Amino acid sequence: MNMLQENNWLLSLGTFLPMVGVVLMMLMPKAQDQSVKLVALVTSIATLAVGIYTAFKFDFNQAEKMQFVANEKWISVIKSSYFIGVDGISLPLYLLSMVITLLVVIYSLDHVPSPGKPKAFFSLLLVLQTGMAGTFIAQDLILFFVFFELVLLPMFFMIGVWGGEQRQYASIKFFLYTMFGSALMLIAFLALFFKTGAESFSIPYLIENSGSIAKNIQIWIFAGMFVGFAVKVPMFPFHTWLPDAHTQAPTQGSVILAAILLKLGTYGFVRIALPILPIAAREWAPYIGGLAVIGIIYGALGCLAQTDMKRLIAFSSVAHMGFVMLGISTLTSFGINAAMFGMVAHGLITGMLFFVAGSVKERYHTLEISKLGGMLTQMPHLGWIFGFCTMASLGLPGLAGFWGEFPAILSAYSPATGLNETVFRVFMVIAALGTVLAAAYLLWLYQRIAFGTPKNAAHDDHSSHDELHDVTIYEWVAWTPLLIAILVLGIVPNLLFKVLDPAVQVTLSAFGG
Amino acid sequence: MKLFASESEVLAPLVSGWFLEHAWLIPVVPVIAFALIILFGKRLPMKGSELGVLSMLSSLVLAAGAGYQWIQRTNSATEEQFVEPVIKSWSWWRSGGFDFGIGQHIDGLSVLVLIVVAFISTLVQIYSLEYLRGDRRYTHFFAALTLFSGGMLAMVLADNMILFLLGWEVMGLCSFMLIGHWWEDDANSKAALKAFFTVRTGDAGLLVGITMLYFSANDWTQEHLGVSGFSIRGISAWALSGEPNSTVITISAVALFIACIGKSGQFPLHTWLPDAMAGPTPVSSLLHSSTMVVAGVYLVARLYPVFFVGLDILGSGGNLIMIIGAITIVISAALAFVQNDIKRVLAYSTVSQLGYMMLGLGAGAWLPAVFHIFTHAFFKACLFLGAGSISHSASHHSFDMKRDMGGLRKVMPITFITWVISTLALCGVFPFSGFFSKDEIIDNVGHNGYTNFMIIGLVGAFMTAAYMTRATYLTFFGEPRGASAGENSHDSHDSHDSHDAHATHDSHDSHDSPATHDSGGSHGPHESGLLITVPLMILSVLALSSGFLNATPFGESWERMKLWVEPRAVEVVGVTHSGGPGEALIITAPGAEESHSESVCGSATPESGICYAPQLKHAPFKWSKAILSMFIVFLGAALSWILSLLLFTKRDRRLVGLTQRVKVLGLGHKFLVNKYYLDVLYEKVIVRSIAYPIASAAYWFNQNILDGILHGLANSTKKLSGWVYRNIDQRVVDGTVNNSATFTKSVGTAAQPTQSGKVSQYGALLFSAAAVAALVLVIINT
Repeated sequence: MNMLQENNWLLSLGTFLPMVGVVLMMLMPKAQDQSVKLVALVTSIATLAVGIYTAFKFDFNQAEKMQFVANEKWISVIKSSYFIGVDGISLPLYLLSMVITLLVVIYSLDHVPSPGKPKAFFSLLLVLQTGMAGTFIAQDLILFFVFFELVLLPMFFMIGVWGGEQRQYASIKFFLYTMFGSALMLIAFLALFFKTGAESFSIPYLIENSGSIAKNIQIWIFAGMFVGFAVKVPMFPFHTWLPDAHTQAPTQGSVILAAILLKLGTYGFVRIALPILPIAAREWAPYIGGLAVIGIIYGALGCLAQTDMKRLIAFSSVAHMGFVMLGISTLTSFGINAAMFGMVAHGLITGMLFFVAGSVKERYHTLEISKLGGMLTQMPHLGWIFGFCTMASLGLPGLAGFWGEFPAILSAYSPATGLNETVFRVFMVIAALGTVLAAAYLLWLYQRIAFGTPKNAAHDDHSSHDELHDVTIYEWVAWTPLLIAILVLGIVPNLLFKVLDPAVQVTLSAFGG
Repeated sequence: MKLFASESEVLAPLVSGWFLEHAWLIPVVPVIAFALIILFGKRLPMKGSELGVLSMLSSLVLAAGAGYQWIQRTNSATEEQFVEPVIKSWSWWRSGGFDFGIGQHIDGLSVLVLIVVAFISTLVQIYSLEYLRGDRRYTHFFAALTLFSGGMLAMVLADNMILFLLGWEVMGLCSFMLIGHWWEDDANSKAALKAFFTVRTGDAGLLVGITMLYFSANDWTQEHLGVSGFSIRGISAWALSGEPNSTVITISAVALFIACIGKSGQFPLHTWLPDAMAGPTPVSSLLHSSTMVVAGVYLVARLYPVFFVGLDILGSGGNLIMIIGAITIVISAALAFVQNDIKRVLAYSTVSQLGYMMLGLGAGAWLPAVFHIFTHAFFKACLFLGAGSISHSASHHSFDMKRDMGGLRKVMPITFITWVISTLALCGVFPFSGFFSKDEIIDNVGHNGYTNFMIIGLVGAFMTAAYMTRATYLTFFGEPRGASAGENSHDSHDSHDSHDAHATHDSHDSHDSPATHDSGGSHGPHESGLLITVPLMILSVLALSSGFLNATPFGESWERMKLWVEPRAVEVVGVTHSGGPGEALIITAPGAEESHSESVCGSATPESGICYAPQLKHAPFKWSKAILSMFIVFLGAALSWILSLLLFTKRDRRLVGLTQRVKVLGLGHKFLVNKYYLDVLYEKVIVRSIAYPIASAAYWFNQNILDGILHGLANSTKKLSGWVYRNIDQRVVDGTVNNSATFTKSVGTAAQPTQSGKVSQYGALLFSAAAVAALVLVIINT
């Protein structure tokens, strides 16, 4: 694999800069909320600045190559090294994590969830950022695993401390479920390590040397990774942690969970499972595709059954990630491009929807759909933003969601050679029907919440109307970039496809074009 | 413009021009205007409406310019020459090694529809200036209306199916926004949801159809034309190349047609269209009668070769399109008889007329069907705006013909005359425009050998005349009733019956800035203002005259549409100068030697070239047939007139209450009033079962089975783990996966405070188990 090693300090800086902020905050006295917020804001802006500089330095004409590569000795006992780099697949997600973190920090300036403790809250946010960014740049399986797990802890605390009423249950379910997947994933990594001669955990090395592993063992190793990643995605039937985690998490947690954390799983498939174990991937693909379309329909039905706005959005993630996984399961560059686009689009759109849900909760003190109504009358801006996101989420062409969804459907018509076309065409039709259900649950949600006349019963006890202020300045600042990105990517999808495509082609070279 | 480089001597070079080359500006202007209205509209003196009207006027000018230059282009061609569409394509996105374009495909069909859309949009926007004056979401209304036009125009000139889909869906969105414009009323928001959702159901077919066509056609189109399998031109040529697998193209055509059924309100997905009348009347006029709903018809006409080959058009027996079209004509016309709401009569009439267009396309009468899109747009828009004029100025925002109208011909002479002209056009009376299109459809259906379908067409014509006479009678003749008689009795009105949200006047006024409606009950019924009547007059002139653009009775020289719009079914040879992005395709065209022989297009595999359109036949015009259909129309009108007179004015005892006395009639009436129970089937059975029991079952499965398994596993793991913990030799584990254990411990410690050590315990166990399992796997497989 070709690699470019210039500026190889950039990625480490971008990844670990948030930790500097964390250390600074630790040194501050508890009472200084404002300076804590300032440090968090400055740190995340600086991080994003580094990220943008990275993108600026990134050679887009060689997006298929690993760039800014650093490869240092790390834990030599187990032959794991500090091996990082980005290519066209990693870069968008790496940047997305930084953008989302900054926007979440901005949003949090005005919305630290109860019980407060901004110092701890912002520290966790920044730790989370390091974990997410690290996962997307790691080129060594152990390093990947460490970052992958590092993400778990802050999120666990975020749900467990700042969450809703059932936060204990949700956080422990989230933690254990993901742990369970991680354990199997680790087995798979270790098996891979030993079966390739216990030489290295480096991903390029494993890609080159995994050919010697017998097919049936590959299939088992893939199974381990599959469960690990599928839990994170989450794919049916490993998704039940998601609605609970999302519903209970504070807005910021939900946004990050939806926008970035779920992508760790799909990214794992694209970066690790497929290229290292192509033979096994081909055997598994129909089952992945099958679970993906079950997820699409099942998630949509789950949405229709919800009475809680946030839980509904959470279930919609199951359906949307189904489209992403369907694209991946085709094992074609077209499908995986669609999946990668879908990941970013879902991150932006569902992240936005959770932001809106958070603001609804803050203003109405409830997320029960039956108690909401007439949002457009009371808060026209919020209502419009919500409508925009709804339309983006249901895959309206011209907005970002469409370019993840439609190409994924398209790709299923013609999967990689060796896969059963008939089966995938059935998947295609089911997925197309899934778009109908998506329209159903999203529009129904919108109709019930935004249209009609306000139901004042919801906030009788707080009857002060000034609580129902429209979108605040903090919200505007935090949301506008997302809204613009949804629109711009919808109109100019090539911005993203251009970066993804070469890298995806290389990743798939194992499948013989 | 040296766009066209002819290398063949017999062919005249085709002229092009600025307007044709820049036709892509036509949808761009309204889209930009939409953005400006949204951003700055409220701050402008006319609240953004001026931007809407201006953008539509510019689009109209651009479209008219393109139309003029297209006519020049066709005139510059020899008679048997294929007039190349003006195609421009730019790279939009690349994925998986494929290049997808965005661009324009300008030919007779697209120019025609562009002009119609831009023209009707302009008039409707002008009309709305008055009709919506003082509305609390005036700016949003114009924004949505403008975006709608942008979407439709983009769809019409799309050169590929992705852009087509984009325009198609944008229209769906705008339709949702505009039907639900007065969303405070539950009925309106439900209607909006229903419209979007029903259309979206059909759209699944569009996604599938586009996908199938792309993958089937792409290799061929890349090789022969250098364009992708999304290209409309490519797909058309591919369909006629004799290449396609017949199963694939049939399934694709059926899938696409499902989308058309949804969008164009064909049976059995027509139920959303009458409900869509909940939107403001200008919306009904523009979207739900004259333009948006013809999108499905347009798709069939646009990709005609696919349907032609896939569904065996011109084959013996009927095909899917004809059958659906024919059913739609009759069932919706029947429903129009039991409506009291004037807009609903027109809505069902629209459904029925769309059925005619489909019938025509299905029967190989491509040109008459397309011409019917053209004429229908004018008279139907006029009828709807007329209905709006009545409710605005005479019936106090009610659309109920029986309760609030009657005798209006005296107070609203302009509305009355324009209405009558348009009604005559709709009924297909010579020499009004509908005659030249609708009668042509019926005639050609018969000429192509589908006698049974021709009879259905004639039955439909009879019914059309009858229900329109009934509506005209109720509205303009007899004694004034209700609001038209000056009664201010709408307090007792059930807002669901007269479901224009204007009718919920109380809430309307209270929300409104000082009501500027000049039509309060105190004024009594009167004629509408100029902003309303001028569009009516313009439209009625066109309803009268537009048919002469293709007046078959007067001979070949009158058939301008045939010359300008119908693609010539000739084989084009020597292609493949495919231009780069931004460059028009340059195509050399055929030698004319074979032009006098019958074209092979559509009937056999082209030998040396490419066909873009199938060879179709045209029925020779016969006065005898025209007189027969005129007679049928007259009969329908006369019968309906007499019955209406007896029933509504004379209150004849033999007729009044007939449905209560005769059981069969009563049942039939009830069946019609309930719209064949289709709504019950969809809403109460299908949607309800998915939304409630099925979704609940899935969720129950989620909460009890999946989570149940999870909780069960957790409990048994807890028990098992105790055993494992006591029995596994820690040192072996530690030695092998030192790192994971250390890490686990740190995780556990960190989690301690909140979860009282449970997490750390589980985590340690899980990791130990993982390490052991890894070892086992390694040992077994070495």
